[in-house]
Amino acid sequence: MTARRKEAWTALLFVSPWIVGFSTFLLYPLLASVYYSFCDYSVLHSPVWVGTANYTTLYHDEVFWKTLGNTLIYTLMALPMSMIVALSLAMMLNAKVRGMTIYRTIFFVPSLVPAASLAILWLWIFNGQQGVVNGVLQPLLDATNGLLHLLHIPAALSAPQWLSSPVWSKPALVLMGVWGSGNAMLIYLAGLQDVPQALYEAADLDGAGWWAKTWHVTLPMLSPVILFNLIMGIIGTLQVFTVPYIMFPGGSPERSTYFYTMYLYDNAFVYLKMGYACAMGWIMFLIILVLTLVALRMSERRVYYGGS
Amino acid sequence: MRWSDFRLQQFREFIRPLREFTLPLLALVVVVTIWYSERLSTPPVEPGPLHITYWEKWTGFEGDAMRAVVDAYNKKQNRIHVDLLTVSNIENKTLLAAAGGNPPDIAGLYGPNVAQYADDSAIIPLDDYCKKYQLGPEHYIPVYWEMGYYNHHVFALPTTPASTALHIDKAMLRDAHLDPDKAPQTLEEMDAMAAKITTHKNGQLDKAGFMPAEPGWWNWGWGYVFGGRLWDDKDTLTANSDENVRAYKWVQSYSKNYGATALSSFKSGFGNFSSPQNAFLSGKVAMELQGVWMYNFIDQYAPNLEKPVLDWAAVPFPYPADRPDLADMTFADEDILVIPRGAKHPDEAFEFIAYVESQEGMELLCMGQKKHSPLAQVSDDFYKKHPNPYIKLFAELPRGKNVRTPPKIGIWPEYQAELNNAFEEITLNPDRDVKAVLQHVQDRMQPKFDAYREIRRLRGDTP
Repeated sequence: MTARRKEAWTALLFVSPWIVGFSTFLLYPLLASVYYSFCDYSVLHSPVWVGTANYTTLYHDEVFWKTLGNTLIYTLMALPMSMIVALSLAMMLNAKVRGMTIYRTIFFVPSLVPAASLAILWLWIFNGQQGVVNGVLQPLLDATNGLLHLLHIPAALSAPQWLSSPVWSKPALVLMGVWGSGNAMLIYLAGLQDVPQALYEAADLDGAGWWAKTWHVTLPMLSPVILFNLIMGIIGTLQVFTVPYIMFPGGSPERSTYFYTMYLYDNAFVYLKMGYACAMGWIMFLIILVLTLVALRMSERRVYYGGS
Repeated sequence: MRWSDFRLQQFREFIRPLREFTLPLLALVVVVTIWYSERLSTPPVEPGPLHITYWEKWTGFEGDAMRAVVDAYNKKQNRIHVDLLTVSNIENKTLLAAAGGNPPDIAGLYGPNVAQYADDSAIIPLDDYCKKYQLGPEHYIPVYWEMGYYNHHVFALPTTPASTALHIDKAMLRDAHLDPDKAPQTLEEMDAMAAKITTHKNGQLDKAGFMPAEPGWWNWGWGYVFGGRLWDDKDTLTANSDENVRAYKWVQSYSKNYGATALSSFKSGFGNFSSPQNAFLSGKVAMELQGVWMYNFIDQYAPNLEKPVLDWAAVPFPYPADRPDLADMTFADEDILVIPRGAKHPDEAFEFIAYVESQEGMELLCMGQKKHSPLAQVSDDFYKKHPNPYIKLFAELPRGKNVRTPPKIGIWPEYQAELNNAFEEITLNPDRDVKAVLQHVQDRMQPKFDAYREIRRLRGDTP
């Protein structure tokens, strides 16, 4: 055995625990789920081949379309919101101020709260009658009503029913999503610290102001990080599950918070239609794949890689 | 060369011959670790009782009640030792454990799981065991035996049962100048009383007499109150029947009378069920459909309803004035014991189940959980000692002709989700056409039911 070959074998031996784990717990289930998506499979009975029946049924399943629509709307609202908030926070926390590490910690800590506890906490924050949010909002709206009344404009603005109104349930979730933007913020912050000071100095010499420096230096230099967070955000928001599953049983009210993964879970483990759920899983995979490719393609001209 | 570098070099010289053995040594460490952890996790077989595993969902005082039964059984004999394990999300875990070939010997599921789990062969029939231990329908209040009986086989036996009744906060009736001892007989009477009790404050609901959406556990079942059904016991779902349409129009009348937004805003202010902020316990809703368990929560969180005088009542749920034949309607439910497919010790498992089903075991359990017994025979002592002042009502209602249970069909979870969604549509939109909403449920679910039955036929489960 040549030294090179021996080295290869040794390397394989060292990675073998991972190979075994990956093949058993990831690769095999992945491949099996492709097969099951073409089967009638309830976990306990052997899978029976049904061709594309699961996919055609999905096509005619209005709840499937409803959950897909909900998920896309949520993504469209939550993704820009959380990206803007995370980026703004990161830019603020990049300032050279005394005690900055403490501020950074404070803004990151919420991301460490487990999703399940977070859901329970926000149930109270958004509580229609006793919640903190409406506790602050209602007096403000009352004052506005009073003001409009003085101007002879009849108005009766009232704080939204965040959790029980189909119109407000998704915005409530989006607002909650901001709470967990600490991870993205941290990545932005790392990116910001990588921007060469020389560029800012050069910009200063050219007489650039804060906005010009942000637009012409910071954002281009940060663009690969923004792209990374965008793609991770697409993947994360399209798979939103834990918090709405706990806060809105059955996707109430009127299925306005019934998201794709929740319907997938219900099909797999409550209705015992594992084949159907597998088909849903693969459709979601394709959607995420296409969106990611689109994001990558669209970013080609806009993302600037410092090294290239 | 510095002294420390010299020592480092010396050390390298020393371990050089060992480096050849690094890989085999690492492999050995892994093997020994696996062997040792396996030895630790599988205790050696010792002479003594056979251990069987029992998964149960209950925690708190309900869990303690079952633990007392298990302890009593373990003490009573020395051949079998039941190991009770509290498991959350028990339906899924039992199912997946059965699929993985490593289920518990006994699992404590919910009554409405039977059809779905039996259809999926996740649980085994208990007919032969029942014969051997002489456990037949005559041993039980019929509805509780029926819930475990499916497709001509016994699949489950009851643990603690439940039945429902209208719970009334008498103080709230008094506040509205109503006779607290005069419970409503008909729905019309209840609606009229509810209107008198309901009050507003700052433009919002402050107190409600009755709310169909509270606690919201029978949103799928209001049709039964009007004589409707959800299934014809054969091959047709009946979500859109006239009785069901009438029932959900009645439900919608509350949204029309009090305002859909006002009601949902009011409901959103309620706390968790098991807390002093519970709508009934905190004096927000005067009359509520609740089960036999409610006494436990009154006792725990609202002692003012018990002392100094008994200030709450449980009465049969009212019936529509033109349907007196529907008096004493109750929803029955139960928790059950099953033996999952692939259980290692089914014989011993059933021996324990038979003990739970005995009058001794069952009364110990039901007294501990403060519920009634599902058995036909109940000792006088049980009622004498029972703390719930209305326990006899809860035991009598399920014996009547108007006892109702969820349909025993495998697609019930999906059907139920669809009905719950229809309920929300109807209550949140007072102008929505009830008949059209229920027709939509029917149109969506009937083809699914047909497909489900066809799959069962193809599998050879049904002729």
